[in-house]
Amino acid sequence: MPLSLLPINKKARITSILGGYGFQRKLGVMGIREKQEIKIVSKQPFRGPLTVEIRGSQMTLGRGMAQKITVEVVQ
Amino acid sequence: MGNPNVGKSVVFSRLTGANVIASNYPGTTVDFSKGNMRIDGKRVEIIDAPGTYSLEPTNKAEEVASKMLKKADVVINVVDATNLERNLYLTLQLLERNIPVILALNLWDETHHLGIHINEKELETLLGVPVVPTVALTGEGIKTLVSRIKEAKINEKIKSTSEEGRWIEIGSIIGQVEQVKHRHHTIRDKISDSTIKPHTGIPIAIGIIFCAFWFVRFIGENLIEYIFNPIFENLYLPIVMRLSEWLGPGIAHTILIGEYGVEIDFFESLGILTTGLYVPIAAVLPYIVAFYFTLSILEDTGYLPRLATLVDKIFHKLGMHGHGIVPLFLGLGCNVPGALSTRTLETRKQRFISATLLAICVPCMAQMAMIFGALGTHGLYYIGLVFLTLTILYIVIGLILNRFIKGESPEIFLEVPPYRRPSLRATFKKTWMRIRWFLKEAIPYLFFGVFLINILYVIGILQWFGNAVSPVMEGLFGLPGDASIALITGFLRKDLAVGMLFSLNMAPIQLVIAVTMLTIYFPCAATFAVLIKELGIKDMVKAAAIMVGVAIIVGFLLRIILLGV
Repeated sequence: MPLSLLPINKKARITSILGGYGFQRKLGVMGIREKQEIKIVSKQPFRGPLTVEIRGSQMTLGRGMAQKITVEVVQ
Repeated sequence: MGNPNVGKSVVFSRLTGANVIASNYPGTTVDFSKGNMRIDGKRVEIIDAPGTYSLEPTNKAEEVASKMLKKADVVINVVDATNLERNLYLTLQLLERNIPVILALNLWDETHHLGIHINEKELETLLGVPVVPTVALTGEGIKTLVSRIKEAKINEKIKSTSEEGRWIEIGSIIGQVEQVKHRHHTIRDKISDSTIKPHTGIPIAIGIIFCAFWFVRFIGENLIEYIFNPIFENLYLPIVMRLSEWLGPGIAHTILIGEYGVEIDFFESLGILTTGLYVPIAAVLPYIVAFYFTLSILEDTGYLPRLATLVDKIFHKLGMHGHGIVPLFLGLGCNVPGALSTRTLETRKQRFISATLLAICVPCMAQMAMIFGALGTHGLYYIGLVFLTLTILYIVIGLILNRFIKGESPEIFLEVPPYRRPSLRATFKKTWMRIRWFLKEAIPYLFFGVFLINILYVIGILQWFGNAVSPVMEGLFGLPGDASIALITGFLRKDLAVGMLFSLNMAPIQLVIAVTMLTIYFPCAATFAVLIKELGIKDMVKAAAIMVGVAIIVGFLLRIILLGV
């Protein structure tokens, strides 16, 4: 499912990231890469940005970006 | 060099002691600052570069960092030890450039709290360059860092590789040097969560902003009442009065003190030694001190990225994203650093909108201090009117510009660092550097402004101009013709211009209109110069046309709404 649909506080693994090389790199240097574990900390209302946690560090990203990231829930 | 939010500026301030030359806006460092330090008796220059995640820049601030690297003899790479994996990406890129590198593993103390164990000796062997654990906040490890700077070396073995290759390399390094134990949810995590979740975060944000402004006013007012005013009234005034008697009537008296025979009033006399000295030092400086001190604390704790997250949606509607709050906040202190910080926005459209809105709707602290002085005596209602108008304008113009300016508005993407205790040392230092900028830049302008205006007044040019445009001022805005003189002065210093409006004896509502127009119509010369540099001449002409147009429309509307004629 797209990251934007992941419920808050549920652990998931990134399976793929859509988008061009620049976009992938921009996310990559911040730790958002395939196979990484990710969790949503908060979602702002009215389709505002998401705050996610990866390897202990948090970052905020727009809803549109979150739709390009596919994740699967980790049991 | 290093990633954003790893404490580069704190390391920098530790290394340079008090000898910092240029201004610095950490947390929002977009320009570099230079300082000097001594290594083995030799003086070396040290530069604090803006934070960057990689050497392939994604915004203007990162470009500055990349360019600076070319001039460096040695790179001190400051690394967040609690976030080693991500930070090592830049490190590997630096090593590939064949520049001598030394690594400062900063925030070392934090790793223990977080259950992270790093074998720094092993890391040193793997990277082939010196690695020094530091806690810049307390100064631990800084001496070792300094003593080992000369050991910084080029890693000969490393080869340039792809992005994928670097991540594999980093993965292997991390596997060998880092162990992470499970940790529990701490109070700090809970605070962090509650300030970023919308239902708790928004009330907290309103509370924090309210408290911040209250705090600024509280410090500012008390500094004025108990320190600056007593000094000026009791110590300085008698000296000026004696000087006035000694000078007697004449041009010299008019320029230095004000009109002869009129009682000296620090706000209204308009002499270099009276208004020219009192306004910047006693009326404005206390608020500047209070504002920058408060802002430094907000920056250093790491609250601003959370605020940016909360307001992102609104700013996105205005063509920017949440980071647009940074130029707005910095601009409330002084528009110049505000204009500089628009660089952290990615596209031309975003920078244009945020710079234009800054110039139109954001009064600087100098001007605000004077607005409080001018309208405060009439009541909070009038001050409220000014700020309400400016807020509405910010939103309305933002919405319009977002529709009509071509270009992209990318979404927000920024790191939310853990809360950190601000270093008092760094906070004071930062506040001082910003104040020094004010003293160095603003006061000469004010002196020059007062001098120029007095000369023009003595020659009679100002009176002539006031008469010439008075039909426009009266007809369109319901203001006396002389208010135009203040508007011209506003280009030099807005605080001085508000001071000139004092002496016109206008009704409070007229004052509201004049003060609002003064904020909108044009930025001061210093901001204007920075904006030309940041936006380019062509865009600046566009922005200036918007400013003048908006000022005329708003002045006219306010007159109809408030004066009812």
